[in-house]
Amino acid sequence: MRHIISLLMENESGALSRVSGLFSARGYNIESLTVAPTEDPTLSRMTIVTSGSDEIIEQIIKQLNKLIDVVKVLDLNDGRFIERELMIVKVKANAQYRDEMKRMCDIFRGRIIDVSDSSFTIEITGSSSKLDAYLESIDKAAILETVRTGASGIGRGDRILKV
Amino acid sequence: MGSNYISGAEIVIRCLHEEKVKFVFGYPGGAVLNIYDAVFQQNKFKHVLVRHEQAAVHAADAYSRSTGKVGVALVTSGPGATNAVTGIATAYMDSIPMVIISGQVPTYAIGQDAFQECDTVGITRPCVKHNFLVKDIKDIASTMKKAFYVAASGRPGPVLVDIPKDITAEKYEFSYPKTVHLRSYNPIIKGHSGQIKKALLLLLGAKRPMIYSGGGVVLGDASNQLTKFVRTIGAPITSTLMGLGGFPASDKQFLGMLGMHGTYEANMAMQECDVLLAVGARFDDRVIGNPEHFLSKPKTIIHIDIDPSSISKRVKIDVPIVGDVISVLTELNDLLSKEKIKQNPSLKSWFKEIDQWRSMNCLNFKNDKKLIKPQFVIQTLHKITKGDAFITSDVGQHQMWAAQYYPFDKPRRWINSGGLGTMGVGLPYAMGTQLAHPDAKVACVTGEASIQMCIQELSTCKQFHLPIKIINLNNRYMGMVRQWQEFFYGNRYAESYMEALPDFVKLAESYGHVGMKIEKPSDVEPALKEAFSSKLKERLVFMDFITDQKENVFPMVPNGKGLSEMIIAEDL
Repeated sequence: MRHIISLLMENESGALSRVSGLFSARGYNIESLTVAPTEDPTLSRMTIVTSGSDEIIEQIIKQLNKLIDVVKVLDLNDGRFIERELMIVKVKANAQYRDEMKRMCDIFRGRIIDVSDSSFTIEITGSSSKLDAYLESIDKAAILETVRTGASGIGRGDRILKV
Repeated sequence: MGSNYISGAEIVIRCLHEEKVKFVFGYPGGAVLNIYDAVFQQNKFKHVLVRHEQAAVHAADAYSRSTGKVGVALVTSGPGATNAVTGIATAYMDSIPMVIISGQVPTYAIGQDAFQECDTVGITRPCVKHNFLVKDIKDIASTMKKAFYVAASGRPGPVLVDIPKDITAEKYEFSYPKTVHLRSYNPIIKGHSGQIKKALLLLLGAKRPMIYSGGGVVLGDASNQLTKFVRTIGAPITSTLMGLGGFPASDKQFLGMLGMHGTYEANMAMQECDVLLAVGARFDDRVIGNPEHFLSKPKTIIHIDIDPSSISKRVKIDVPIVGDVISVLTELNDLLSKEKIKQNPSLKSWFKEIDQWRSMNCLNFKNDKKLIKPQFVIQTLHKITKGDAFITSDVGQHQMWAAQYYPFDKPRRWINSGGLGTMGVGLPYAMGTQLAHPDAKVACVTGEASIQMCIQELSTCKQFHLPIKIINLNNRYMGMVRQWQEFFYGNRYAESYMEALPDFVKLAESYGHVGMKIEKPSDVEPALKEAFSSKLKERLVFMDFITDQKENVFPMVPNGKGLSEMIIAEDL
């Protein structure tokens, strides 16, 4: 099953490689991994999207907790949560595609952030599956380039991950 | 600058003094010249110069295994650090507390492919508990404090501190922190009281209770507590390779070692028990074999371990207790002392069953008049040393025979590489052990293949007058490899023979030691007596025993099989 794991770790050089190294050394899947400093500059927050059986996810959580640089770990799937990912996609917007691309962008509540004679650059946020759905909905031949951030997640309501 | 400003190198040394380090095992080189200059100008610890960095780490590792203190190694950058990696990985797999200090090229040269540069922190990351690259002289003291704390606390392990050369030349005020706090690291010491009670009730109510203890008992100095507990509840106990000595082997409740080369009775009892208590052990593949087969006989499993990630890793645990084994066992003993314990009536029939397995006499071997049986050498070693020596071993058949035929009654007497299985550790392990216990008998049980992996350390032994007794079980084969090839590869002995062996007697003598070659069974005891006699008390004795080439280690659970699917000597 797909799990989103959030963790807080010391904002130190090498901390990221400890986490990514753990996943490769123990053969765990990483679907995506995002990391950036938090409002407290000594801490980074990482969101890892992974998949595995309950036993594997339990081991992943335990192994992450074991890393000295990791301060807190939360499996977002243990409760209700919100997931968002940002994608920037450059699509063909010549005469053949221009209207179609504008319409699909609107349907998926994206925004066109750059325009040229022959292309649109579109920003879309949403769950990873929504972004997948957008890419499946448009003509493959129209896609020039995509870049995705990987999912970020946060617990709903009172579920708070903080030191 | 005030007068208490000292160089980074001196700060490193002062930190080691603060930690009351007695021995540093190391090898100098460019990046650590400043540190070595500071080593030269102090006399609070002894520096032991090895002949290869791998041996420095192994020796520091054995110093730790035999004393419980943190072992310290010092190596230079680049090849110094990469040579240390095998030693670090060995210590990591067996959870040995160590601090390894490595030199690094100057901060301004990092990333420039400088001479003797390597990414030491990157290379060692997967085989250390934690590591640090110190980029500012201000951080040396606090980093060293953290390193010693992290290494020794919780589930212990090696910690590496990488220090660039320019940092060791700068000057700064020295102040050693008294305490250390890491917000991200708080090992759990005390077990959950509710779980502990539950565990005790399960054990007391069991029809076929079984205890399985591991290296955690030795590392956690919990032997006394374990022994008291096991004797009070009267259950049978087995031990992993790493746990030997954690419970006295001469006790009638002890069933011997379990696992791939465990005794028949220990493996059968593990398989057939109804309630199993695992203490500081991790259900690894060499211990329980195939986990599905192990669980095919239903049992309730209680697991005490300081590392939550050890629990339910290979086998689903019913009653997990996360905590320091000594703390949890003390609490169990306290509970026992408060309750009125009636002797569990089921134990009698359980031991009756066990005695039937015992009567198989699985460690029996046929002695020979012409060929020296390796088991016989170990038995005689036990007799001559009265079972009171420190035994280090290398990896292979001789290691298993030492574990099977030298029963240990005390912890920290059996020093070997269990997890990583590193050939070559035996001699450096004996060095670290002998330095820690200068008056003790230290024997290194090895084979002609393993010993050659760190043979250069005979020179270190000469320099530091280490009277180690090397028991070389020389069968002219990489015995364990040969055994697997015999059983599983149709007797095709691919590259497992040892040709062009040196004359070990002359080799020992060339290093200034005593060499002996023993070729007849009748010479085994006299030779061992002589080696351990007062005449040779101060000398290293290299004893080259020419043993039966075809002897195999039994019993054996073939790889991937279940514990009760052992091959016994007579089966073949």
